[in-house]
Amino acid sequence: MTATVEPEVGKARTRKEDARLITGRTRWTDNLTLPGLLHMAFLRSPSAHAKIANIDTTAAKARPGVIAVLTGADLADEQGSLPCAWPVTADQKAPPAPALAVDTVNFAGEAVAVVIARSKAEAHDALELIDVDYDDLPLVLDLESAVADGADLVHPDLGTNTSAVWIFDSAQAGTGTDVADAIADAEVLIERTYRQQRLIPSFMEPRSVMVDPTGEHYTMWSSTQIPHILRLMLALTTNTPEHKLRVIAPDVGGGFGGKLQVTPEEVVCLLAAKRLGKPVKWTESRSESLLSAHHGRDQLQKLTLAARRDGTVTGLKVELLADMGAYLRLVSSGIPILGAFMFNAIYKFPAYHFACTNVFTNKTPTDAYRGAGRPEATFAIERLMDELAAELDMDPLELREKNWIKHEEFPFTTVAGMTYDSGDYEAATARAKELFDYDGLRAEQRDRRERGDSVQLGIGISTFTEMCGLAPSRVLGALSYAAGGWEHAAIRMLPSGKVEVVTGSSAHGQGHETAWSQIVADQLGVPFDSVEVLHGDTQISPKGLDTYGSRSLTVGAMAVLKAGEKVIAKARRIAAHMMECAEDDLEFAGGQFTVRGTDKSTGIADIAFAVFSAHDLPDGVEPSLDSEATFDPENFSVPHGTHLCATEVDTETGMVKIRKYVCVDDVGKVVNPTIVDGQVHGGLAQGLAQALYEEAIHDESGTLTTGSFVDYLVPSAVDLPSFITDRTETPSTTNVLGVKGVGEAGTIASTPAVVNAIVDAVRHLGVTDIPMPCSPMRVWSAIQAGGAR
Amino acid sequence: MRITVNVDGTSYADDVEPRQLLVHYLRDTLGKTGTVVGCDTSNCGACTVHLDGHSVKSCSVLAVQADGCEVTTIEGLARDGKLHPVQQAFHDNHALQCGFCTPGMIMQSIDLLANNPDPDEDAVRHGLEGNLCRCTGYQNIVKAVRDAAHHMRPGAGPEVERVTDVRTPSHASGGE
Repeated sequence: MTATVEPEVGKARTRKEDARLITGRTRWTDNLTLPGLLHMAFLRSPSAHAKIANIDTTAAKARPGVIAVLTGADLADEQGSLPCAWPVTADQKAPPAPALAVDTVNFAGEAVAVVIARSKAEAHDALELIDVDYDDLPLVLDLESAVADGADLVHPDLGTNTSAVWIFDSAQAGTGTDVADAIADAEVLIERTYRQQRLIPSFMEPRSVMVDPTGEHYTMWSSTQIPHILRLMLALTTNTPEHKLRVIAPDVGGGFGGKLQVTPEEVVCLLAAKRLGKPVKWTESRSESLLSAHHGRDQLQKLTLAARRDGTVTGLKVELLADMGAYLRLVSSGIPILGAFMFNAIYKFPAYHFACTNVFTNKTPTDAYRGAGRPEATFAIERLMDELAAELDMDPLELREKNWIKHEEFPFTTVAGMTYDSGDYEAATARAKELFDYDGLRAEQRDRRERGDSVQLGIGISTFTEMCGLAPSRVLGALSYAAGGWEHAAIRMLPSGKVEVVTGSSAHGQGHETAWSQIVADQLGVPFDSVEVLHGDTQISPKGLDTYGSRSLTVGAMAVLKAGEKVIAKARRIAAHMMECAEDDLEFAGGQFTVRGTDKSTGIADIAFAVFSAHDLPDGVEPSLDSEATFDPENFSVPHGTHLCATEVDTETGMVKIRKYVCVDDVGKVVNPTIVDGQVHGGLAQGLAQALYEEAIHDESGTLTTGSFVDYLVPSAVDLPSFITDRTETPSTTNVLGVKGVGEAGTIASTPAVVNAIVDAVRHLGVTDIPMPCSPMRVWSAIQAGGAR
Repeated sequence: MRITVNVDGTSYADDVEPRQLLVHYLRDTLGKTGTVVGCDTSNCGACTVHLDGHSVKSCSVLAVQADGCEVTTIEGLARDGKLHPVQQAFHDNHALQCGFCTPGMIMQSIDLLANNPDPDEDAVRHGLEGNLCRCTGYQNIVKAVRDAAHHMRPGAGPEVERVTDVRTPSHASGGE
């Protein structure tokens, strides 16, 4: 075995995952089939709030090919309640959440019955024969009306539409001063209300689930981000013994938080397979996905920023209404709380108050979507900083610099109680300004304004940070989350010198197979191609907490490294025995144990074979190098960056064109720059989409009117610009790799950069805000309203 | 109805329902699951294949319309164990993450290059307008298509499916 000369970590490796994906040799759940497979189709409520007066399934059951038709009443005793793992307050209110509605439907799209048939077509044909009588109930669709006195109720049994009120106050927490004082003493107050529109994650692979019952065992394949959490939650929800249930996430086509869920369809598929003793599969259509898979964002943010005239920010008050939709899903209630620690962002102001009211409405439940709580917070503070700069007639970058945490002040404990381990906002901003030609574009902006050009130029800034790498288990406990935030890994040394890495992270496009291989290749001194990464099957990877919250590298890969350390420790003992020296005399580098000061050495592959043969091991040593480890992070990961966006706004049509987008992200040490760039590009695309294109809209009857890709505007290649990306590298000090999360950074940072740029382009026309998405109509209308003032 | 269709170089004769879509014929009857379904409104392009050398969204074509035709899917692109230059370019340029849109994206890119052997960025973006990707922000897809263009002998129609990479074999194998 030869030592790896050039370190793998830091190399722009092309991905191992690609081979099957570019040739169509994929294992998406919907590609799988089994002998005797039955197909499932759901009947969904057209009404957003109604009593189910009657369901007649007689005709559907009589149709040829139909094996069974089940309603909520049929499953009432076994379906349990879909889990909410995050009771954010002790008195949080949560209604029962049946997989199939029993008495009432609470959002349009809620499943009320299921047909199981020999073919998908037969199942769908039979849906039309199910007759349901709905008695309409009053609708609750608007967030503010929902919390007003005398409001109609989504769940009358709860007596309120408020699920929970969660408060953080810096004076009470001892992390800062009283925001009421800051507001009373302020020389400048910026008061704004922003709407985070409802979004739909829109992963490209529609959800799919198949369950194979074999005796008392059940194997589920599901297009999920969370096979491990799903297994536990299904066991608890449906009273299926956990050890009889195996969950496999085969190739999974994106998630973005949208597949961080325990879905009604998964529960029903398991119960149907149990009842019928036959394998059952369900795959959704896109319309079904947009309607019934959980949505994201949907907050109303009432904000008050206090400052002095010199630009020093002195306090921030945040009052949120967060739309939960009709039910609390897995982590719905905690999503806005994840933002609570980020409204202060990179700034040092002393007073902070955050109050969030989680509200039920008759809409599709909301839950995690890329960024989950942090994009909302970042949007709010970065928009406010631009508004304050405009109010004070200061350069918005100078205003930020005046308030941000200086490089030499790290580690820094914020007013929200978080400790940021490292950062260098000065360096990232300087690099971004240079790439952007900030001064040149400002000059052009002045010139266009003076000329009265019909196309105006705007510059938007977002000097973001975020907390990711979910999460220290003790912190999650303090926030009342039901589970921990550790990750598990195992390393198996094969006799031939190859290495199997088992990770509890569950990749669905992120590139774990490649990145983990690079890390292990360096650590164990084996070739990149000798490492195989296994994941996404609770039988192969029995422990794990899966993939979300930009946690895989900062938590999952750290568990892999920890397992690797144990492998090396075991191998060291055997190497010492083989070379007849003391363990302390051995150096390990490049896969070789060398006796210090000699040329005597043994490679780790030779040791793996010696362990396999087990002919001559030290007394009492097990014949195995295999090791496992669980890693619980000490702290969150806090990547940051400076994003600069230039937009051209046609003041006559409201059309917005992104002229230039520069981002300099600091995600600490980089394992694979190609993968990191890819994550940033994709994140930016989703953040831009929130700013410009996407919005889930319900009409006055509670019907989703953006129920297909015709109406829900996931951007295509022509709708997005090329991005200029670069990095600064300030290593994290809380993990040995020095890495920070990157999966959500682009999404969190980019939305305010774009909206700030649009507002900046037309601010001189009297515009101070444009609601998202900033469609040509909305931009044009804002210009008209501004001019009229 | 009975149809005869050549898919990825193999001839098939099958009885199909008149309402069956080509994509379902490929996936369910022939087991060609490399071609996938991403939407129900012909917006996403994930199901794109070639019909007689030109890209079609196979969710918008009936199986019976493919009678007597030649269909190429993502599974029929690699020849003699060697990737098509567009497949190779997608790998080399990290033009995929989850990979669900990739088969359609690659098939559409080949069609685009058949019509325009040396497209600029704008032409690539417009040529791929009917194919949605949620992971990459398209930046590396655009890069890959332009990269592929430089490695292909230009051709039109069915020929473009069969072009060989003009790079030296060692370079063409990619890697880094």
